[in-house]
Amino acid sequence: MELDNHPCPPALGPGAQGLDVVVTSVASDAHTWNLIYLQLLLEELGHRVTNLGSCVPDQLMVDECRTRRPDLIVLSTVNGHGLNDGRRVIGQLRDCAELRTTPIVIGGKLGISGAEQGSHVGELVNAGFDAVFEDSAGIVGFHEFVRALPAARRALPAGGLR
Amino acid sequence: MTPPVLPAGSFGGFVQAARRSGHLVVQPRMGMSDPYLMREGLLATRRADASTVGTITLDSYTRVGDHEAARRALAEGVPLNGYPIVAYSTATTRAVTDGIAGTGFPVQVRHGSAAPQDILEAVVAAGLTASEGGPISYCLPYSRTPIEQSVANWEASCAILARLREHGAEPHLETFGGCMMGQLAPPGLLVAISVLEALFFRQHGLRSVSLSYAQQTHPEQDEEAVTALGRIAAALLGDLDWHLVIYAYMGVYPRTPGGARLLLQEAARLAVRTGAARLIVKTSAEAHRIPTIAENVTALEAAARASEQVRPTASVQDTGIHQEALGLVQAVLDLDQDLGRALTKAFALGVLDVPYCLHPDNAGQARSYLDSAGRLHWSDTGAMPVRGTGRGVGRMTSAGLLGSLSYVQQRFDRLAVETAGLRQLTSPAPQKEYAR
Repeated sequence: MELDNHPCPPALGPGAQGLDVVVTSVASDAHTWNLIYLQLLLEELGHRVTNLGSCVPDQLMVDECRTRRPDLIVLSTVNGHGLNDGRRVIGQLRDCAELRTTPIVIGGKLGISGAEQGSHVGELVNAGFDAVFEDSAGIVGFHEFVRALPAARRALPAGGLR
Repeated sequence: MTPPVLPAGSFGGFVQAARRSGHLVVQPRMGMSDPYLMREGLLATRRADASTVGTITLDSYTRVGDHEAARRALAEGVPLNGYPIVAYSTATTRAVTDGIAGTGFPVQVRHGSAAPQDILEAVVAAGLTASEGGPISYCLPYSRTPIEQSVANWEASCAILARLREHGAEPHLETFGGCMMGQLAPPGLLVAISVLEALFFRQHGLRSVSLSYAQQTHPEQDEEAVTALGRIAAALLGDLDWHLVIYAYMGVYPRTPGGARLLLQEAARLAVRTGAARLIVKTSAEAHRIPTIAENVTALEAAARASEQVRPTASVQDTGIHQEALGLVQAVLDLDQDLGRALTKAFALGVLDVPYCLHPDNAGQARSYLDSAGRLHWSDTGAMPVRGTGRGVGRMTSAGLLGSLSYVQQRFDRLAVETAGLRQLTSPAPQKEYAR
């Protein structure tokens, strides 16, 4: 298999700024290919990515996100503890005034049995996530979610709205 | 210096005995948070129709040292992705292994921690003597721990295991260095890190070790790599008991049962042909979820059957993996008398640089790619003392990465379909007779 060297078509329209995105795993998850893939994908779409890597302790994630004030926070986890880790850390993120309305999404393999497809979505949304993207099929929905974001952000005048 | 005499019941001794009688030892990657299920899994592994050793794989909370989270999950009935050996009492773990682990069935504890002291204390307290990992392989891909700290942790961890010798046991430690990142690390680097971790274990008192290598994307390249690993181990570790262990492919696994079976068979062939003594299997459920006990047993037996149909053959093409690995090992050894310090310096200087690894202490300049035949190459070697073979192949894109990561999955799923089709062609189903 040769590497795909074709440049990606520009994903953002003229004048688009791109988003500041934090990509991160959760405290117990050591997997990183998912994070590397998401970083490349988001960068090709014209966004700027800070990749916090694997095994990110809750406090480090909260501190980094508060400092960076990103336009989007993407939690990606595939070790099966995503439901448990996700609903814990989202509370801490939402407790920060700076992050109360920041779009925060989670995706990956969120449970250990593989049979619970879709059953985590409601629980994680209720816990505070804006969207949940399960397994590899979720990437399509993620794409659409991200694509819908810049327009809304760009509509904001400089300095944002009250 | 000669290798140590291994006591009966030791992990290393069991594997050597199996090897002498011509059996590949097969081992699952199994870990359940329910102690009854864990015991059932060990029993099923022992009873499988194969030469097996048992596995207790720990959960992710235990791996990162968050034993409180593991205890909370147990109290709330949340299932974990492995056995939380520190959260459980010694009595519980002894009850899990009682009458199962021992002579004729050694059990290895697998964890993935860059600070495994408390884990290994629990292992030793439960009467177990075999584990795996390493200061690099369980630090860089799996933690945020600084390498220097991981080295100190692993020195202490080796001491915990080495202490067992005072009680007549021969502890065994396996390097995970041949499995860095699971996929896309060129073989020369995998071989070098596996050897360096084995040397580290020896410096810190271990006398029985195994060196790992994870099946990659090209069978001949893998055979060359494992042969190189064996040659370097024989040259540098003659005073130890050592064997080679192959990991069935650790990347994105085939979706079809047929594809998964073919890939596992290829791993078994790799092990036998290169003289490896042990194989860590994967199951047909791997692409979808954590496998059941029955799926593990099926995989163990399938791997054992596949291994019986192969003879060791050592003639492999030399594309330079041995030289590359030996060059990396020598470059690291030249940095400091002490291996821990040498490894720390090697990463700081970029003498070792793991492609696509996000750890803050990794130089992150090196990049790799798959060629059209499925062989792994360097596209950028950073500051490593190795020759690059594919400069100018261009930047890795998300689609390119996905293609590389799923190359094996797609190849074996396709192969499974073709094999099934061929079977139909060569033994056609009885055709309906039409009246003339």
